[in-house]
Amino acid sequence: MSELPKWAEIVLVPLISLLLAALLSALIILAIGENPVEALQIMITGALGSTYGWGYTLYYATNFMFTGLAVAVAFHARLFNIGGEGQATLGGLGVALVCIHIPWPHWSLALLAAVGGAAFFGAAWAAIPAYLQAKRGSHIVITTIMFNFIAAAVLNYLLIGALKPKGSMEPATAKFPEPTHLPSFQDMFSTTETILFRGAPANVSFFVAVLACVAVWILIWHTRLGYEIRAFGQSETAAKYAGISPTKIIMITMMISGGLAGMMAVNNVMGEAERLILGSVEGAGFIGIAVALMGRSHPFGVFVAAILFGFLYQGGAELALWTGIPRELIVVIQALVILFTGALDNMVRMPLAKLFAALKRSPRAEA
Amino acid sequence: MTNSAPAIELAGISKAFGTVQANKDISIRVMPGTIHGIIGENGAGKSTLMSILYGFYKADAGDIFIAGKKTLIPDSQSAIKAGIGMVFQHFKLVENFSVLENVVLGAEEGFSLGKSLAKARRELKALADEYGLTIEPDALIEDIGVGMQQRVEILKALYRRAEILILDEPTGVLTPAEADQLFRILDRLKAEGKTIILITHKLREIMDVTDTVSVMRRGEMTATVKTADTSPGELAELMVGRKVLLRVEKKSASVGNKILEIQDLHVKDEDGVHRLKGINLDIRAGEIVGIAGVAGNGQSELLEVLGGYKKATGNIRYKSQQIDLTGAVANAQSRRTLGIAHVPEDRQSEGLIMNFMAWENTAFGYHLDDAYQNGMLISNSAIRTDTQAKMGRFDVRPPDPRLDASSFSGGNQQKIVLAREIERNPDLLLIGQPTRGVDIGAIEFIHQQIVALRDEGKAILLVSVELEEILALSDRIAVMFDGQIIGERIAGETDENELGLMMAGINEDDA
Repeated sequence: MSELPKWAEIVLVPLISLLLAALLSALIILAIGENPVEALQIMITGALGSTYGWGYTLYYATNFMFTGLAVAVAFHARLFNIGGEGQATLGGLGVALVCIHIPWPHWSLALLAAVGGAAFFGAAWAAIPAYLQAKRGSHIVITTIMFNFIAAAVLNYLLIGALKPKGSMEPATAKFPEPTHLPSFQDMFSTTETILFRGAPANVSFFVAVLACVAVWILIWHTRLGYEIRAFGQSETAAKYAGISPTKIIMITMMISGGLAGMMAVNNVMGEAERLILGSVEGAGFIGIAVALMGRSHPFGVFVAAILFGFLYQGGAELALWTGIPRELIVVIQALVILFTGALDNMVRMPLAKLFAALKRSPRAEA
Repeated sequence: MTNSAPAIELAGISKAFGTVQANKDISIRVMPGTIHGIIGENGAGKSTLMSILYGFYKADAGDIFIAGKKTLIPDSQSAIKAGIGMVFQHFKLVENFSVLENVVLGAEEGFSLGKSLAKARRELKALADEYGLTIEPDALIEDIGVGMQQRVEILKALYRRAEILILDEPTGVLTPAEADQLFRILDRLKAEGKTIILITHKLREIMDVTDTVSVMRRGEMTATVKTADTSPGELAELMVGRKVLLRVEKKSASVGNKILEIQDLHVKDEDGVHRLKGINLDIRAGEIVGIAGVAGNGQSELLEVLGGYKKATGNIRYKSQQIDLTGAVANAQSRRTLGIAHVPEDRQSEGLIMNFMAWENTAFGYHLDDAYQNGMLISNSAIRTDTQAKMGRFDVRPPDPRLDASSFSGGNQQKIVLAREIERNPDLLLIGQPTRGVDIGAIEFIHQQIVALRDEGKAILLVSVELEEILALSDRIAVMFDGQIIGERIAGETDENELGLMMAGINEDDA
C-alpha cells in the first residue's frame, strides 16, 4: 500500500540487499573454515587498495556499464534483453573487422570507428529478435537467449575459418595493428617518476562508457524517443492511443540496447586483448542484467552498480589467489549479490515500506 | 426488523494511510433487514471503511459490533465467519470455471470435490428458489453476462451464509434493465431478513432502493438520514459540501457545417468478428452528438477508428477531406494535427500513463508538438510550465505537475486528460465516458467544459453508457446496437424509455 520515499528506493533498498548478501557470504566463508573479515580485507585491498587493483576493477566495470546500460534501456520499454552476451560477442566481430581491415593513422579515429562497428554489429544482432517480437510475437526473452548461442557458434565458425591468420593454430584473429591500440590508464596517468595502474587493463574506453551513461540518461529523460520508449514500456494500449508505434519502439529500443552491449567490445577486445578470441565476453552480458536491476535501470545507478560488480570480480580473483577459498565460492558470493539485489528485492522493500509508514504515523499519533 | 440490536455497528473507526486520513472517527448503525446506502464522492473513504469491515485493512482505532457483539475482523475469513458477504465492484470470479465451481471455490469440504459440488448444487438450487436468483449452475463465467456474473457473486456470499451483504458500486457495469433486476433481488433479500449495505455514488439508486443513507465526505461521516426524509439535492450538497447543479444548463445549439461524415464504416477485429457493421453518421459544428448503447456494442471501436489507431474500411471525411483508415499508427498523430482531440473511454489504460507525472501526461500524444521541443531535446520545463497553467484553468487538485497520475482522484485524472485535449482547441472532440468514476463536483465541471466547447462552435462526439448523461448533454442521440446505429433521435424529443428499448435492439419507429 504505502510507498517508499525516492531516496530510500534508490539508496536504501540496494544497500540493505547488499549487506544481506555480504552477511550470508560471511556465514558461508565461516562454514568452510575461513575468516570472513580477512577475506573482506583481501577483497578490498586487492580491488581498491592500489591503482593496479583499481585498474582491474574499472576494467571490469567498463564492461558491466555497457551491458548494464543495454539491459536498462530495454527495461524502459519493458523488454527483457537477455542477449547482451551474444550482442557483445558480435560487437567484438565489428571491432575486429574495423581494426584489422582499415589502416588507421591514430587510435582516436580507430576508437570512433570501432565504437561504430561494435554498435552496428550488436544492434544488428539484436534487431532479429526485435523483429520477431514486433512482427511475429516471439517472446524476446526466448529469442535473445537463443541468439547468445548462435552468436557463440558464429564466432567460433569465423575464428577457425575466415578470421584466423594463415598458419595459426589458435582460434583467434591476428593481433590488431599498432595504431589501433588504445591508451591504457597506465599510459594516460603515469609520470616518469611514478607508474600508476601498472599492467592493468583499464583503458580509455572507460570514459566512453561514462559518456554512454550520460547519453542514455539524456535519451531516456530528455528526448522524444526516450519519452516514447518509457510510454510504451508503461502501457502499450496508451502508446497506441498517443500514436506511438509499438513496432517502431521495439525495433529501435532493442537496436540501441544491442548497440550498447556490442560497444563493450571496445573495452575487452580492442582495449585489452587487442585481438578477437573465443569467449571473450566472459559472462559480462549476464552480469549486465544484475547491474541494471541493482541500478534501477537508471544510468547513474548502472554506473555505481557496475563499479560494485567490478569490485566483486577483481576482489574475488584476489581472494582465490591469496586464500584457501576456492574459485567456486567467489561465484557463489557474486550469485548471492545478484540474488539479493535483483530477485529478492521485495523481501527488503516490503518491511522497509512498512517501517517508513509506521515512522510517518507515529509522530502524528503522539502529537 | 423487530430485533433492536443493529446488525452492524461501527464505533469510532479511524484509518490513516501515511498522511492521508481515509476514515475519521466513523460511527454507523445498520439495522437488520434494511438496505443502508453509503454515498460519497470518490476518495471519500467508502471503500476503505468497507475494506475494514471485510478484514482487508486493520482500523487504527474503533470497534466493530456484529449483532450487538464486539467482533474482531483481522481477515476476510473472519468476516465471512461473522456472516458478512462482499460483492466487489470488480468481480473476483474464475472466468473459465462454471458457476457452481466458482460458488464452491474456497469453501470446498473434504477431499472429494465431487461431493462438495453435489452438495453445493442442492444448496444453490435452494438459494435460487428462496431469493429468486435463478442461474444455470454449469454455465461458464466467461459465457454469461455481467448481470449474471454479479448474481454469482451474490450467491457466493449467500452460500457462505452471509447475513450482511455489502455491495460496492454494483451498478457500474450494468445496463439500466440489469440494474433494475438487481434492485428487485435486493428487495427480496431484504424481505427475507438480510441486511444490505449499498455503496454507490449514484444518487438515484440511493433514492430508489435504500431505507437509510449515510453520507461520507473526506473521510468523515457527515450525515445519516432516512431516505424518505431527504432529496437528491440535499444528498448532493452533503456529499460535495456545496450546492450542486444536477441539471446541465445549456442554450439551444446553433449548428454549422458538417465537420465529420462517416459512411459505411466497417471494422473486423483480429478474430474476424464484425465489430462495426456499416456505420453512417454526420456531426456538425456546434452540436453534441451522443452515442448511447450498452457497453460492447461497437462504441469503443468507433472511437478507436476515429482516434486513428484501429483499422477500418469505409469512408470518413473530416472537413470534407478524406481520412486514412489503414490503421497505420501514424494516424493517431495525424488526427491530432488535423484538430481532432480524443478523450478516451478508459483514462487509466489509454488516456494516461499512471506512473508518469502529471506534466509527462500533459504532453502525451502531443509530445512531438513544436512548443515542447528544445532543439534535439524535449523541453521538460516548457511542458511543466504549460501543465501548471492547464492545471490551474481546469482546477486540478492538487495542482502539482510533479505528482504521478496515479495519485490523483478519478475526477482530477479526467481533468488532466480534458485539459490536455480541450486546450488544443480542437474542431472535433471525441469523448468517451467523460464522467466514469468521477465524483459529482467534478461531473458538473466536466459537463460545463463540454457544453462550452460546443458553444464555441466545435463538433463533439460523446460516447457514454450513462443514459442520463447522454440525455443531459446531447443535441442529437444515436443509439448503437450490435455494431450498428439502430436509430437517431433529437434529444428533446425522446426519453429514457424509448432509448432503453433501442439499446436493447428494438427500434419502434423504423420497424
